[in-house]
Amino acid sequence: MSDTLLQVKELKKHFAINKGLFKPKAYVKAVDDVSFSVIRGETFGIVGESGCGKSTTGRTILRLNDITSGQVIFDGEDLSKLSYEDMRKARRKLQMVFQDPYASLNPKKTIRQILTEPLRVHGLFTKQEREEKATEIIEIVGLHVSHLDRYPHEFSGGQRQRIGIAKAVILQPDLIIADEPVSALDVSIQSQVINLLLKLQKEFNLTYIFISHDLGVVKHITDRVAVMYLGRIVELAKTEDLYDKPMHPYTQALLSAEPIRHPDEKRERVILKGDVPSPVNPPSGCTFHTRCVSCMEICKTQTPSLAIMEDGRSVACHLYN
Amino acid sequence: MSQVSVGDKVYVAKVKKKERKIVSLTKRLVKSPFGLMGFLVILGVCIVGIFAPVIAPFNPVETDLTKKLLAPMTGGHLLGTDQLGRDILSRIIYGTRISLIIGITTVFFAGLVGTTVGVLAGYFRGWLDVVLMRIVDVQLSFPFILLVLIINAVLGTGLKNIMISLIVVGWVSYARVIRSEVLAIREKEFIHSCFATGVPRWEIIVKHIVPNLFTPLIVLASLQVSTFIIAEASVSFLGFGVQPPTPAWGNMLNEGKNFILSSWWLITFPGLALVITTLGINLFGDWLRDELDPEMNQNR
Repeated sequence: MSDTLLQVKELKKHFAINKGLFKPKAYVKAVDDVSFSVIRGETFGIVGESGCGKSTTGRTILRLNDITSGQVIFDGEDLSKLSYEDMRKARRKLQMVFQDPYASLNPKKTIRQILTEPLRVHGLFTKQEREEKATEIIEIVGLHVSHLDRYPHEFSGGQRQRIGIAKAVILQPDLIIADEPVSALDVSIQSQVINLLLKLQKEFNLTYIFISHDLGVVKHITDRVAVMYLGRIVELAKTEDLYDKPMHPYTQALLSAEPIRHPDEKRERVILKGDVPSPVNPPSGCTFHTRCVSCMEICKTQTPSLAIMEDGRSVACHLYN
Repeated sequence: MSQVSVGDKVYVAKVKKKERKIVSLTKRLVKSPFGLMGFLVILGVCIVGIFAPVIAPFNPVETDLTKKLLAPMTGGHLLGTDQLGRDILSRIIYGTRISLIIGITTVFFAGLVGTTVGVLAGYFRGWLDVVLMRIVDVQLSFPFILLVLIINAVLGTGLKNIMISLIVVGWVSYARVIRSEVLAIREKEFIHSCFATGVPRWEIIVKHIVPNLFTPLIVLASLQVSTFIIAEASVSFLGFGVQPPTPAWGNMLNEGKNFILSSWWLITFPGLALVITTLGINLFGDWLRDELDPEMNQNR
């Protein structure tokens, strides 16, 4: 039916913590058994509170971290099994936009060097053509040719993020993972950058994985959303369906936290008790049961699996099984 | 055609920018009394070293026993003569060359080796890091001079050998500092970003990490120069370094110490030369460190 670009299967990323020479190692289960697939041309959102593993998921797909276990199948190829050099070559088709535009550009390089480097390291085009490409892309992202010979510190946050996006787009990748690309920016600049991302998506036929904690932004730009809690996906649905009728109790609580747009708007606010449990020692059964309003006995012992509902969404909750 | 003119403009702008940077740095140097003093001392020492044959009033190795142990300001010898009748001023002037050669070459090569080791250990981590850093630890656990002497005792005396031993002993402090810098830089987002782009590892190291190491390197090197000059003098003083009759500040001190009670000038003036030179280098190095620290620069 539809063309699957990326398939993530049972992805796990556990970080080892040394507790001492003679103590057993503890593991932070940053990403624990995450599976989803992304269709070519769509924008796939990953939301969740900080520390839920959404950024780690993005980074692990790109192998910025080693994969603990699981598969990442991109365009029919399992990225998790590629050698260093093959993976490096494959990166041409998978790019990333980073969260902090102040840290993600090398302060010692000019914008021209930053933008031509991706083409150069992948051996694309001649030097002359690369310069032309850089000139082209800098205008597409709304900056001026004269900016090419400046250094990153001479730009504002929004401009830097445009450069970061240009750097990712210049390779014309199939997939761009945007890790909170606007959360470090002013609200007024956020919308400009988001509109730029949407414009580029149309122009270059890009697929996005959009990682964010900003529910409004996610609602605006994504086609499907996965909600993560403590390293697991708790609900995955079409964006309208999810925002219309959240099913998982955590999603309900999360969405009720979104600010209302009109003072007369009435909404029931679900306030969760307590804190997110430590991912080193997650609760047994459903990881959310310690804070869930509709917790049952079974939730404490059995981990719910993602069950597919009638409307195509999947929910990991015993309420619906 | 239009492209050429744009390129030209850009080039001119670049050159102007570099000029501006140097001009503003010079302006700030002039305003800082200690930095300026250090800079002038270094400049003076370099000029004296380079033009030694022109400046020196006498041949530094020519002995004349009829004029031995002349006090300063007598018989045309400004700083007096030593026990063999050699002019002390001329010997100090020629000794500058040894100190400069030692200071510059050993710092350069020790820096090269230390930086390479530090970058490899810091970037690749793992067993390589463990092995290299244990070597550094072992070396650091020995007193600096003792280790130089041991290596010199094995290799033999002479300028070349003392340089080798200083390099062999001196690289460790670079390795330590550079490794910790690399550890900080490799976790920066722009390095991750390069990795995600698909930049090969060696290119990340050479083009993205090393350029960000220049500031700590310049500072460390400027302070190391004086350490190495003193180390050379100490080794020469102990008789392992530059051999007489070649004039070096260290062996002048060594020979002069026997006459310390009767002829004070034999040991005082080479010592002063050593003190002034190292003080100047240290003052300049301190100024440079403050100047290149970006957090300090933000206040300007």
